[in-house]
Amino acid sequence: MLRKVTLLAAALVLVAGPAFAAGDAKKPADIAFSYEGPFGAYDQAQLQRGYKVYREVCAACHSMNLLAFRNLADRGGPFYDSKYKNANDNPYAKAIAADTQINDLDSETGDAIQRPGTPADRFPNPYPNVIAAKAGNGGIAPPDLSVMAKARSGGPEYIAALLSGYTDPPAGVTLSPGLNYNPYFPGGLIAMAPPLAPDQVTFDDGTKSTVKQQATDVAAFLMWAAEPKLEERKQMGAAVLVFLVLFSGLLYASYRRVWRNESH
Amino acid sequence: MVDPAVNAANPSGGEDPSRRDFIHIAAISAAAVGGAAVAWPFIAQMNPSADTMALASVEYDLTKIEPGMQVTINWRGKPLFIRYRTQAQIDAAVKDDGASLPDPQTDAERHKEGKAQWLVLVGSCTHLGCVPTVGGGDYQGWFCPCHGSHYDTSGRIRKGPAPTNLVVPEYAFLSDTKVKIG
Amino acid sequence: MSGHSTYQPKNAFSRWMDARLPVGRLVWDSFVDYPTPRNLNYWYTFGGILSLCLGVQIITGIVLAMHYTPSAAGAFNSVEHIMRNVNYGWLIRYMHSNGASMFFIAVYLHMFRGLYYGSYKAPREVLWILGCVIYLLMMATAFMGYVLPWGQMSFHGAVVITNLLGAFPIVGETITTLLWGGFAVDEPTLKRFFSLHYLLPFVIAGVVILHVWALHVVGQNNPTGVDPKSKADTVPFTPYATVKDGFAMSVFLILFATFVFYMPNALGHADNYIPADPLVTPAHIVPEWYFLPFYAILRAVPDKLMGVLAMFGAIGCLFALPWLDTSKVKSMRYRPQAQLYFVIFVATCWILGVAGGKLPDDHVIPHLSTFTFIDADLNSYVWLSRVATLYYFAYFLVVMPVLGLIEKPRPVPETISSPVLGDSDKKD
Repeated sequence: MLRKVTLLAAALVLVAGPAFAAGDAKKPADIAFSYEGPFGAYDQAQLQRGYKVYREVCAACHSMNLLAFRNLADRGGPFYDSKYKNANDNPYAKAIAADTQINDLDSETGDAIQRPGTPADRFPNPYPNVIAAKAGNGGIAPPDLSVMAKARSGGPEYIAALLSGYTDPPAGVTLSPGLNYNPYFPGGLIAMAPPLAPDQVTFDDGTKSTVKQQATDVAAFLMWAAEPKLEERKQMGAAVLVFLVLFSGLLYASYRRVWRNESH
Repeated sequence: MVDPAVNAANPSGGEDPSRRDFIHIAAISAAAVGGAAVAWPFIAQMNPSADTMALASVEYDLTKIEPGMQVTINWRGKPLFIRYRTQAQIDAAVKDDGASLPDPQTDAERHKEGKAQWLVLVGSCTHLGCVPTVGGGDYQGWFCPCHGSHYDTSGRIRKGPAPTNLVVPEYAFLSDTKVKIG
Repeated sequence: MSGHSTYQPKNAFSRWMDARLPVGRLVWDSFVDYPTPRNLNYWYTFGGILSLCLGVQIITGIVLAMHYTPSAAGAFNSVEHIMRNVNYGWLIRYMHSNGASMFFIAVYLHMFRGLYYGSYKAPREVLWILGCVIYLLMMATAFMGYVLPWGQMSFHGAVVITNLLGAFPIVGETITTLLWGGFAVDEPTLKRFFSLHYLLPFVIAGVVILHVWALHVVGQNNPTGVDPKSKADTVPFTPYATVKDGFAMSVFLILFATFVFYMPNALGHADNYIPADPLVTPAHIVPEWYFLPFYAILRAVPDKLMGVLAMFGAIGCLFALPWLDTSKVKSMRYRPQAQLYFVIFVATCWILGVAGGKLPDDHVIPHLSTFTFIDADLNSYVWLSRVATLYYFAYFLVVMPVLGLIEKPRPVPETISSPVLGDSDKKD
């Protein structure tokens, strides 16, 4: 009897599971990212392109407060080089950091100064504070992008679809000033103007710079930023699961042996 | 996970006992290996985190120090002494190279070649970690107020309970006026 | 069940110790020699699995507390610090967040097992009630733990749940102010929730000890519901139960690891990766999955106070169950009619869970508007919740008392050993 209950419950899971996904916005198209699947890993060239899109386009308005330049050279990151186990020594991370002026205080005088960044510095914030961010963007502060890929249902696919999915508003929808129409955005009306344009970012590896390419690459980069330990996690997961399956097999053999002379 | 008594209390069967035991021993060993593997992340998490490691080296501009003065900066949560020694202080240190020292070292071994005026030391007494005061003690180097250790102008222990000289950290001159510690 | 001890100290030290503090004897009597019914099936392994869950939560939790900052400004970033900078921090945090869900999966199966085999009936009433107390403590702990990352769902979940208590007349407002330590959920709320979230698991561990103690006084129930009568009905706990529990734990860990390593955020909500903002509520606020059935019951009732009372009453029914069930037969294996009502009850809990995750006015069958019945379309989740809520309470308050008096159970075996030989239903 209890077995029937179990089967019933399993059937209900299958039927009701997908019903949890809801929403009135257009469903983003699936993208086959390299990091998906049980053995997935980030595509380093894609992360480098994505970082360039972030730095040249998104960073003008969006902060990424949780990331430091050294993270770019962490294992699995866009500029990881196995020669530099310590991410702080990675020349790319150093060069990128040094390109940026960081606000600091002079250790002698206490005056506000700007100095070149080091790998330990966080990505600079485009606005000095939230009030300035709001004032500069029609009253809505652009959200921080550090964990954006995990903070929206649909994740990177949603981000890619949103960035490349701006259209003219359908008949009957009038846009008030400062708003744009995007069918992927819940409600359709979004303050962010279409950020990407063809060839806006020149990719160093020669990849054709279409809006779709830029959107996909920056989505992959944001996924890496939100979940930098994904590769390590999946690799460890495979080892743990293999161990647990073997261990369960051993325990089952042990169990059968212990119980073999007992009727039950 | 599995009680070791699985083996001990195992009901005897008619089969080869060594094969019977093997499965139980293998299962228990696997449990032990699994347990040990699980323990590692829980121990490793206590080691310094990545952001702490990122701050493990600091750079300092030496033009801010006057001759005879010492600055104390925070390095890895501990004080770091950078002392601009006068010629008299260097001479005093070199003079004692041959003296009977608890932890024998020449002054030349404790500074970078050609930079005898710059002494970079971890400002933590080698006895029990107090911060020695500069210019004190019988040798005018450092004096540790906690338990009375006397260091000379080279940071070598001369008198008191501390077993070794003040530690010279790993550092390098990036230029004549800039030093990188760590 | 508690016969005389068979513990034999093996060496001089254990003899010396046994005369002073007989821990060895206690462990031997409780976990080695302890007689367990020989017919326990895999549904009886969840007790062991739950101890494992509690252990995992306490150990990972202590580690997380070493790196976490309980402040409104620092909480969100400190969780991300754990995920990014702390060595294996991502692993430990995902173990803890998914471990809570695993804990509830196991506890629900453990409870349904008890309901089906009549494990709450005399003489196990106190054992059952202690279990209900553990369940309540688990819910409180899980709720406060979910607040700690201080994301949008954390914050607004805390707002909604604490406001529930404001429904009580006269004392309601005093209670919520006391919980908040202010005029709303804020920094003081977070700090006290952190403190209590650290404390409660140890209270749970204490009640678990009482739960196991009570279990060892009355002995384990079993699928026949017939208490063991002779040694032929039982086997020693070790190795028989230990190796079976061990195997079941290992299989359970496969499920656990699959979530931790391959879908660590599947049971959470994307909005909780947005830092808490008191000025903006997420579009669709839902509790964690394990609270959804109760959330559905809450929303099924149109009155605020009555809704809250219904929700607490749903848990209260569990406490009263030993005296609501009038059947003389313990196990539903021999109660065919009760089996039917039980299956409907399990399905009802599932339906409530699904309904709790929906907006009340959503259509159950998509794109089909029927007619408005009283206050909502008949084809809506609010009406589905109402029907399910009605059955939920009817199961405890009508089916359990009445069915026991009128049903005709199948013959119950004399001893545990007898059905083993003849009963074809034994694997049930």
